[in-house]
Amino acid sequence: MNVRVDWRASLSLVGTVVKYLAVALVLPLATAAWYGEGLLTFGATILLAVTAGTALERLDPDPDLGAREGFLMVGLTWLAVAIVGAVPYLIAGEGTVAAPANALFESMSGFTTTGATVMGDISFDTHSRALMIWRQQTQWLGGMGIVVLAVAILPELSVGGAQLMDAEAPGPGIEKLTPRIAETARVLWLVYLGFTVLEFVLLYGLHMGGHAPNMTFYNAVAHPLTTMPTGGFSPEARSIEAFSAVVQWVIIPFMIAAGTNFALFWHVLRGEPSNLLGDSEFRTYAGAIGVVSALGAVILFTGPNLVGPDNPFPVAGNLESSLRHATFQAVSIVTTTGYASMDFEVWSGPAQYVLVFAMFVGGSAGSTGGGIKIVRWLVILKSIRRELFTTVHPEAVRPVRLAGRALDERALRGIYAFTLLYFALFLIGALLIAVDAARVGLDLAVIEALTASAATLGNIGPGLGMVGPMGSYLDFPTTSKLLMVGLMWIGRLEIIPVLVLLTSGYWRS
Amino acid sequence: MRVIVVGAGEVGSSIAASLSASHDVVVVDRDPDRVESLTYELDVLAIEGDGTSLETLQEARVADADMVIASTDNDETNIVACSTAKTLGDVFTIARVKKTSLLRTWERSEGVFGVDFMVSVNLLTAESIVRIAGLPGAQDVGTFADGIVSMAEFGIAADSPIADQSVREADRFESLTFAAILRDDDVTIPTGDTTIEAGDRVVVIGSPESVRGFAAALTPDPTLSEANEVVIVGGGEIGYQTARLFEERGIAPRLIEHDPDRARELAEDLPETIVLESDATDREFLDREHVDEADLVVATLDSDEKNLLVSLLARRIGCARTIAVVNAAEYVDLFETVGIDVAVNPREVTAEEITRFTYEEQTENVAMIEADRAEVLEIEVDRDSVLADTEIHEAATEFPEGVVVGAITRDGAFITPRGDTVVHPGDHVVVFVDTEVLDEVSSLL
Repeated sequence: MNVRVDWRASLSLVGTVVKYLAVALVLPLATAAWYGEGLLTFGATILLAVTAGTALERLDPDPDLGAREGFLMVGLTWLAVAIVGAVPYLIAGEGTVAAPANALFESMSGFTTTGATVMGDISFDTHSRALMIWRQQTQWLGGMGIVVLAVAILPELSVGGAQLMDAEAPGPGIEKLTPRIAETARVLWLVYLGFTVLEFVLLYGLHMGGHAPNMTFYNAVAHPLTTMPTGGFSPEARSIEAFSAVVQWVIIPFMIAAGTNFALFWHVLRGEPSNLLGDSEFRTYAGAIGVVSALGAVILFTGPNLVGPDNPFPVAGNLESSLRHATFQAVSIVTTTGYASMDFEVWSGPAQYVLVFAMFVGGSAGSTGGGIKIVRWLVILKSIRRELFTTVHPEAVRPVRLAGRALDERALRGIYAFTLLYFALFLIGALLIAVDAARVGLDLAVIEALTASAATLGNIGPGLGMVGPMGSYLDFPTTSKLLMVGLMWIGRLEIIPVLVLLTSGYWRS
Repeated sequence: MRVIVVGAGEVGSSIAASLSASHDVVVVDRDPDRVESLTYELDVLAIEGDGTSLETLQEARVADADMVIASTDNDETNIVACSTAKTLGDVFTIARVKKTSLLRTWERSEGVFGVDFMVSVNLLTAESIVRIAGLPGAQDVGTFADGIVSMAEFGIAADSPIADQSVREADRFESLTFAAILRDDDVTIPTGDTTIEAGDRVVVIGSPESVRGFAAALTPDPTLSEANEVVIVGGGEIGYQTARLFEERGIAPRLIEHDPDRARELAEDLPETIVLESDATDREFLDREHVDEADLVVATLDSDEKNLLVSLLARRIGCARTIAVVNAAEYVDLFETVGIDVAVNPREVTAEEITRFTYEEQTENVAMIEADRAEVLEIEVDRDSVLADTEIHEAATEFPEGVVVGAITRDGAFITPRGDTVVHPGDHVVVFVDTEVLDEVSSLL
């Protein structure tokens, strides 16, 4: 076979990214030093990242990046960082995540901001604080995109940067905010960093003010690291339920911001707030959150089976409580964050179905949210409207418009193809998970297989049943976990860039 | 005045023809055949050459000319011709363009490109169509004094409520003046006793509301409002501009265009318009799209014949009113005779626009009635005018036959002219003038 892809160039750049990952590993190393924990875990990982990265870089001292090499580089980068990110779990040897498949699962779940966990016991008794902060940090790194980060810092990527970001960034197409793509990447990361710091200040401020007893300095650092990337990992076993109501209210707007197109914030910072409020995707996004929250709140408020002697959360009949939990959960699922303010396993059937429905909405394009993305739904709805119109007027020529601009028909086809593929992969994933569970004799309900597939492909995290917000993916057989690693990987890169690597046409001329 | 017309195409020739009566006209064209035929057809000097070259323009003695009208089919050529002419002398330049984008640029900074006045034929035609569309039954519509004054021409059918009435009887409308009655080839300035007969055309001048009220009284056709169905046939520049102007007025038209690529382009540019990709002469399609229920069909195709066919077909299946673009001036009457309600001639529209520069400076606006038989002028009254500080009936004694003061505006307010109205300097008067006495009247006003 005559390979027409310069894979050496791609691998070389993957090596560069892996090498620089060592810089990120300094934070858990420092955490370990601060808390007097062993330095070996992260010291060894840093050494490994630098060595492996440098070795890969040697493959091509002067990598030249074309469109094809870009796809390969982006796809492999995410796989490589997930593998390197798994090393600390393996070396630390603490709890269930020390097993190789589990370590890879946890790492991939982190970098892809999925938030699905295989930790059997989320507590500092089992896991060191340094390992837990690494787990949080993988999500923060993955949120705005490792490749976007690489484009922002590495001058050698600036030429092919637009293609790279296109292959990685959530949503169809990228919006160049500045003439130079590296500058755009930097702007996005700065906005991202800004929100993270702001959330930390607010959360820790609440703690200092006595309104959030459990929001210690450690937690106040750890949670913004997984709110802003819509990740969902929490060092607390009870997720956000572990915190006071005011903390839950504070986190809601940050999740909403994380699911918003970051380019819009940049416009707001430049003094054009109308760009945010007038954006059709943002309005639809806000509308979707509003509708799901309201539905959830009504069901919770009137729900008959939610107040029992064993249920510590009196939501039924309590306006603030039902509103808060419904909104929090709606935002958490729509943005694909995956935090839980309460165990929605105890919710009534209809309320749960609302959440399952919300799983397929997704965040905005250019946000850190996963899923199908609002903008695609918007375009699909408009296409359907056009279809109905042209049925009545067969000669009508109607471009589908987004924010007043007519969309190219090719872009539309791309969106249809993506959405169809998304559902196909979701169903195939659910089927394979169900078959695999049956193979090992695991008793899996249909909704569990479906939501496990949807939650990993959409980078959401929690599903229903066994994989509910307080549960874990630990009990799945290794084969299912590896499948889900693949689903998370494909889901984060928006399917096409990964699938294209599997076609023979990509590799040949 | 010495006028140089660059480009002797249809518009150029038409302008040259209308100016040749009272001005020295030089026509420049690259086509030797056209130059030769113009030499014999019109009383003008025709020169063969490239209007953008210094040499040709020098040959045409641009330095001695007062005005250069660049009117070739190519926008860029026209603009370059104007710029080049400017390098040779202080001459007033007029460029005809098709692209509205160029007009927008020029409007931002008048005088840019060395062009003193820019005329977009397609846009003017579209504006004319939309203006006429807004007034049911009207054959021609003009606006003056920033839209405070309207002029309209109506055909009087036998069943019209004012047929066989005297002007005094018909004059039931506030702030409306019956300026003229056009009968056969005559222009009659009506008195109270003049009888309006079927087949006449009446020219009225008044406030836009009163003209609309008059139109509504004359015909049962509805006025154009948001609910109305407008179908435009042909997605050329005129069709596009017409659709755009309708959109601006809150009307969502349907636009039929045959070429798929052009249809797509139009659909992208016109968010409120429903663009239909089809042949407008396809009966089945017209039925399916209920074109028969349309209140107005506008035909803006490239060929006069097709516009005639489309309009007749539309009338045949039951559409209420048709407006067609007719490029050949000599067909305008014919088309209106065989059943098109209004034929709009782009060249006439352009000529009107350009003609106002050939009048003296005080003339603000001009509308031509019935291909040069009469004109409606808007004039700002200065101290030297016979109208200044006198009552109208006194001033009128100085005027020859064939002049009517139709409306007066003072500080943006409409004043209905009556015999005892005193006109102040600074007022704008809208005057109907028979072409025969035009020069005489111009000097008096």
